[in-house]
Amino acid sequence: MRADSPMAPPRSFLWSRRIFLTLLTGFVLLPVYVMVSSSLKPLADVTGKFRWLPSGLTIRPYIDIWSTVPLARYFVNSLVVAGAATVCSVVIAVFSAYAVSRYDFRGKRVFTVTVLSTQMFPGILFLLPLFLLYVNIGNATGIALFGSRGGLILTYLTFSLPFSIWMLIGYFDSVPRDLDEAALVDGCGPLGALFRIVVPAAIPGIVAVAVYAFMTAWGEVLFASVMTNDTTRTLAVGLQGYSTLNDVYWNQIMAASLVVSVPVVAGFLLLQRYLVAGLTAGAVK
Amino acid sequence: MTTTAEVEKPRTDAGSEPAPRPRPGRIRRIGLPYLLLLPALVLELLVHLVPMVIGIVMSFKELTQFYIRDWGTAPWSGLDNYKVSVDFDAPVGEALLHSFLVTIGFTLLSVGLCWLIGTAAAIFMQDTFRGRGLLRALFLVPYALPVYAAVITWVFMFQHDNGLVNHVLHDQLHLTDKPSFWLIGDNSFYALLTVSVWKGWPFAFLIVMAGLQNIPGELYEAAALDGAGRWQQIRRITLPSLGAVNQVLLLVLFLWTFNDFNTPFVLFGRAAPEAADLISVHIYQASFVTWNFGTGSAMSVLLLLFLLAVTGVYLAVTSRGRRASHAR
Amino acid sequence: MSTIRAAAAGAVVMSLALAATACGGGTSTDGEGSNKSPKTLTYWASNQGASIEVDKKVLQPELDKFEKETGIKVKLEVVPWSDLLNRILTATTSGQGPDVLNIGNTWSASLQATGALLPWDQANFAKIGGRDRFVDSALGSTGAQGKDPAAVPLYSMAYALYYNKQIFADAGIAQPPATWAELVADGKKIQAKGKQVLGAEGANVSENVHHVFVFAKQHGADFFTADGKPDFTSDGAVSAVKQYVDLMAKDKAIPQGNAEYAQNQSVSDFAKGKTAMLLWQSASANLKSQGMSEDKYGIAPVPVQSGTPGTGTQVNSMVAGINLAVFKNTDNLDGATQFVKFMTGDEEQKILNKAYSTIPPVASAQTDPGFNSAANAVLKDTLAKSAAALPQVADESQFETVIGTAVKELFADAAAGRAVTTESVKAKLAKAQQQMPTK
Repeated sequence: MRADSPMAPPRSFLWSRRIFLTLLTGFVLLPVYVMVSSSLKPLADVTGKFRWLPSGLTIRPYIDIWSTVPLARYFVNSLVVAGAATVCSVVIAVFSAYAVSRYDFRGKRVFTVTVLSTQMFPGILFLLPLFLLYVNIGNATGIALFGSRGGLILTYLTFSLPFSIWMLIGYFDSVPRDLDEAALVDGCGPLGALFRIVVPAAIPGIVAVAVYAFMTAWGEVLFASVMTNDTTRTLAVGLQGYSTLNDVYWNQIMAASLVVSVPVVAGFLLLQRYLVAGLTAGAVK
Repeated sequence: MTTTAEVEKPRTDAGSEPAPRPRPGRIRRIGLPYLLLLPALVLELLVHLVPMVIGIVMSFKELTQFYIRDWGTAPWSGLDNYKVSVDFDAPVGEALLHSFLVTIGFTLLSVGLCWLIGTAAAIFMQDTFRGRGLLRALFLVPYALPVYAAVITWVFMFQHDNGLVNHVLHDQLHLTDKPSFWLIGDNSFYALLTVSVWKGWPFAFLIVMAGLQNIPGELYEAAALDGAGRWQQIRRITLPSLGAVNQVLLLVLFLWTFNDFNTPFVLFGRAAPEAADLISVHIYQASFVTWNFGTGSAMSVLLLLFLLAVTGVYLAVTSRGRRASHAR
Repeated sequence: MSTIRAAAAGAVVMSLALAATACGGGTSTDGEGSNKSPKTLTYWASNQGASIEVDKKVLQPELDKFEKETGIKVKLEVVPWSDLLNRILTATTSGQGPDVLNIGNTWSASLQATGALLPWDQANFAKIGGRDRFVDSALGSTGAQGKDPAAVPLYSMAYALYYNKQIFADAGIAQPPATWAELVADGKKIQAKGKQVLGAEGANVSENVHHVFVFAKQHGADFFTADGKPDFTSDGAVSAVKQYVDLMAKDKAIPQGNAEYAQNQSVSDFAKGKTAMLLWQSASANLKSQGMSEDKYGIAPVPVQSGTPGTGTQVNSMVAGINLAVFKNTDNLDGATQFVKFMTGDEEQKILNKAYSTIPPVASAQTDPGFNSAANAVLKDTLAKSAAALPQVADESQFETVIGTAVKELFADAAAGRAVTTESVKAKLAKAQQQMPTK
């Protein structure tokens, strides 16, 4: 938008920009460089003094990570949990946001305020109660929530709901109502209008919400540490397995960190265009 | 969100005005919004609200190791847990207060820096220039990285003997006369702050960038015609136009940073050093490590009340401020 | 409108119902053990080997053997130390846990107080061959005095001084130090050769507690009074903690970098030949897996103030070890007992303790020639003559946390070059004591 600004920016602006962005790039990239370079170093390089350049490159860490801890299983668990939580969260958020955006009903304000205020809850306040609740539901109904992926999915999808609903409300508000009115007149039901008109028009917002939900689930540590066991452990907890009785295998830790980061970062960067568009229309209106 | 809909909404609240055409499906239509909200409602109840109520109940109980096995039988302790938590002359309360103050200081600094860096970066990257797209993608990497992967990398960098930070500061730049400790002792505060800012600023960047796209180009053109230079445009147009965005952004950053558990937990483990004893880890420690879930719950409830108060006051003040500036 | 009200009422009722079920939380744990599912068991093992995967390789064949003998399938989960206590706590709270589990023996009294573990009374001991099978020192760390043990000993360990023979030879030290003064003096010679003197895990709460406990014994002090009240600030306790921290602060024997060690980096340093000495429990298997062969290092008793190790102020190790416990609400009580019998039987004791380089707490298994190596002689001797059990009080786990953390902070002070004085130690310990539960 500023590209066709009439005046060329002054020299002071250009220099400030150059310096600032260079420094910032260095700050951002430093850990990324450490992660990548250390993951290719032999163990001796990461236990002694830090070296900028590896004494020799090795892909050994990338082979070892799979046998030091059952990384593949953690990976699958994280994928299943984060994937399912994302899908459910998006669907539920779409329904809720549509209701709030398109209908007037009693309790609407209470609903939005309550949902948003859950963002304030310190996780530690409901960690133990939630855990007790899951156990008791399990005892009463036989549905295993505690220790299962299902329980974790429920938890994570709810964590991302408030922000998702809030963002989608903003987004749906920006989709002209004439469109769904027209669809309603054409004989679509309200759900038809939602899925044929509103959802396609809100794709950037929905993608943004999905990315957010996925990242929330992929990165959570606290609840995963209490609510998973050997078979359902996710990456967030599983990565701690690299520092056990023996040694801290920094090269393997870095390799594993890189491996678990790549899918999220790649997905995120591919979708970032949508994210900015989604935020522009949704959250920051 | 501030736009009021011009278009008539499909009214379902039949009480306020007569429905144009009474349809047989009216009851279904009244129920529809609730039906749509039901899944979200059930989940919020299950995962957030009911556990919160249970947590509040727990805060009135004496829930130590002698009772955790069957905490229905734990004796009610009235306000004891709260009294212990806010008795700032006794060690438990004193430690809580200390942790609270550390958290406040940390949160304000972190949010301030995140906002500053994020806003500056977004404004500097408003024009197109070569490599802008690449840079933007790069800047989002810290935000996209899973928390634990990013923080573990920082842990490695902050190691005393084999970390990058000491290597650079001590071995290469000779700024310190001996290698410093970053993960224990007083420096841990700066280590935590660094990681938090590194991880948090891209979110501010993202939101401000989105906010900038909503500023109409005519404003800049008008200002340019008035002879305002680039710096003046930023001061007079860009920053004021971001008011609404900043209101939400700062609040969200504040709440997330204040409640952040993952970063300090991965950085320091269960027992954080005093200088970086953030409240979420402090409460975790108080409940899980010392097995006193009653006091832990009471502390969490106090924390929640504090955040409610801050958010309420913040929203009241900033909304009034915004309304006033709109009226001008 | 009525639908709305109904919906609201429904929501409230539902939340109350959920809250009510939750408030009844743990009623399931009240159920005493039963034999509802006699064909399976869940077993939580602690991480004893070099990694969790190593543990699985050690244990699984034994569990298969047990299944062949009894037809009971044992589901194994190896829980990392960082998670173990939390997992036990959550299992206790919810009643959803394993049938049989390993616990650090110092936690025995704390976990006993929750009432979640099966007490080993005469009748239960009879089922596994009787109490007499176990050596006394190991039984001393299975729960509060005067109560039936909450667990039975599985592996025993003791601290010893591991020293690098090559470094000692280079520095011209003929004998491993027998007193702390000798250790500090030898340290000077070792430093002259450019090596680090003594490794320690300064940020590891448990390790810190184990060491200052022994130092306190050597200063004639205890952290608890006879009736179980915390007493952290006695002169003896203060000098004990100070002496340990001074190994870094004043004597410079422990390198400052160790102040942030909490993940056994000190063992790696020792294995790599960076450090001359290490105080560790049963490190042989660990050192071997890091490529340090047994002829490279020697094992000696942990130093004392003066004289030779013994009882009272001559104590030089805690009774370290792992106990095996049964969750009271197991639904396979007979199977769980059988499993404990299997694991504490002579044959398994020999196999497992050899794999982990620990000492069998079962007297009849100790006689196996495999446990007669020089290394084990020192450990066995220490356990028999000069080891003391950590306080067997309900607040033990809190004690570990607050004292261990206080020592960690003192190490951080020492590492930052701040003075560690009697006053600063006393202040830290006073603060720790105030954090102990009052009820």
